[in-house]
Amino acid sequence: MIKTAPATTASARIRGAFSEGRLTWSGLALTVFSILVYLFLYVPIVILVIFSFTRDEFGVRWTGFTFDWYIRLFNNPRMMGAAWNTLVVATVSTIVSTIIGTLLAMAMERYRFRGRNAIEGLIYLPIVVPEIVMAVALLAFSAIIFDVIRMVTGEVLRRNLATVTIGHIAFSISFVVVVVRTSLKNFDRRLEEAAADLGADSWNIFWRITFPLILPGIIGGALLAFTLSLDDFIISLFLSGPGTSLLPVEVYNRVRRAITPEINAISTLMLILSMALVALSQVLQRRR
Amino acid sequence: MATIQQQQQRRDRIRLALLLTPGLLWLLLFFALPLVIIFLYSFMTNDALGRVVYEPTLNNYITIFTQSLYVNAYWRSIWTSVLTTVICLLIGYPLAVFIARSPQQWRMPLLMLILIPFWTNFLVRIYAWQIILANNGIINSFLEIIGIGRLTLLNTEGATLIGLIYGELPFMVLPLYAAIDRFDFTLMEAAADLGANKVQAFLRIMLPMTMPGIVAGSVLVFIPTLGQFVVSELLGGAKVDYLGNLIQRLFLRANPINWPLGSAMAVLMMLVLLVLIMMYFRVTSEEER
Repeated sequence: MIKTAPATTASARIRGAFSEGRLTWSGLALTVFSILVYLFLYVPIVILVIFSFTRDEFGVRWTGFTFDWYIRLFNNPRMMGAAWNTLVVATVSTIVSTIIGTLLAMAMERYRFRGRNAIEGLIYLPIVVPEIVMAVALLAFSAIIFDVIRMVTGEVLRRNLATVTIGHIAFSISFVVVVVRTSLKNFDRRLEEAAADLGADSWNIFWRITFPLILPGIIGGALLAFTLSLDDFIISLFLSGPGTSLLPVEVYNRVRRAITPEINAISTLMLILSMALVALSQVLQRRR
Repeated sequence: MATIQQQQQRRDRIRLALLLTPGLLWLLLFFALPLVIIFLYSFMTNDALGRVVYEPTLNNYITIFTQSLYVNAYWRSIWTSVLTTVICLLIGYPLAVFIARSPQQWRMPLLMLILIPFWTNFLVRIYAWQIILANNGIINSFLEIIGIGRLTLLNTEGATLIGLIYGELPFMVLPLYAAIDRFDFTLMEAAADLGANKVQAFLRIMLPMTMPGIVAGSVLVFIPTLGQFVVSELLGGAKVDYLGNLIQRLFLRANPINWPLGSAMAVLMMLVLLVLIMMYFRVTSEEER
């Protein structure tokens, strides 16, 4: 009896700490700590948004409300050009990487073949290689290709939106494969067998059965690819050429010199776009 | 004459080839081949104009191992990445527990609040700290009002660390949450009933069972931190060189640019990463047992 007493009190204490809804000191401490972490995550973002409306020309103090920085932003051809470039690159990159990634996911999930493990490694490697390594490697590669083209055709090429897009596709494919594979794993293959028994050919089976059922996964992968491309800075910095810069690169170049409220404004807009994409992906997931 | 089975097999093989070819070609051409190129470049040298000269040499590696500029950058980056990962883990684990133990209807919104920064532009989030830490920014204005006076907050190594933790924290929390959410908390009660105290129950039951999340989160935080250059430039004021800063300069801005040396630095960075991650996997898998 005496021996078991400490154990029961310890048990009660742990129960208190980990049980739902009951108020305990450790539970309270955890709650306060978590609220502080959420504040840490959100206060900077909120401040950024607030200071996109300040009159202060350095954009770090509140001196009154204005919309001027947004108006200036929309009248800045460089920024608008960069924003357009970013959308074009993200759209093309998303389409190509989603198609290629979905095909790869089908191959990896549905077939057993020689060299499968090696291919698996190749697919997941871009996720674990630091982006800067990928960026400098692609930069070196593009320089060699441009040299070869110059020697063969005499045409002098520069890095442009195409080189950036190729890079974005290269790292997006892997993420698309990961996302699409999960939806293929949860897929009930008996549905395909049933369709085959009823006389559907494989083309019809894919488009009528498989595709509609894995579509949420494909859309999820596409949204991730789109966000990755929109947000990418490192590969964009190394692979975009003169006059074809992307929004994050433009922001970086400006920020390195000085803080301006115009940057606060464009950052706020990028933030809103990201939030809209998260919301969209969540809505699509719910419908699954 | 081919049997139906043989025909079926051939069709399957053609279909597999069609599925694999575009992806494999893209990854081989635009990912694997470029990596091979910088590996080869790391054994070349450059001329006064920054062009690559194709003469095999080990000089780049010798330079990296003998000049303090490079040696220090490696140590600084490794140390900072370890520190960032550990702090993110110490902040992220309790937070993930908090989310997983919240009432059902709160879990999704709380998780969404982690997802939003996860999907938000990294550069923008780092830039937000410039506004906060600036010499005439809000923290300093506040310090002035309460009579402490202005402090140098921006362009310090502390600012770099805060920025890295801030930037990477969501990447730690999401895999941790996935692991902790699956964890059956009644096991803790069972451990307590069998006489374990809180610390023992945590170390021997919960920690090993949530180890996959810890490993995934740590790797996700460590890798980008090791190669970062934006945070140390925007918040650290580029006063000290991290690996990423040197590589970026050697490839884009140095005069003359030196791609072979930059390539050698990138190759060595991958090697460091490989060794550290393998060591980490070994330690954590022992823990799991």
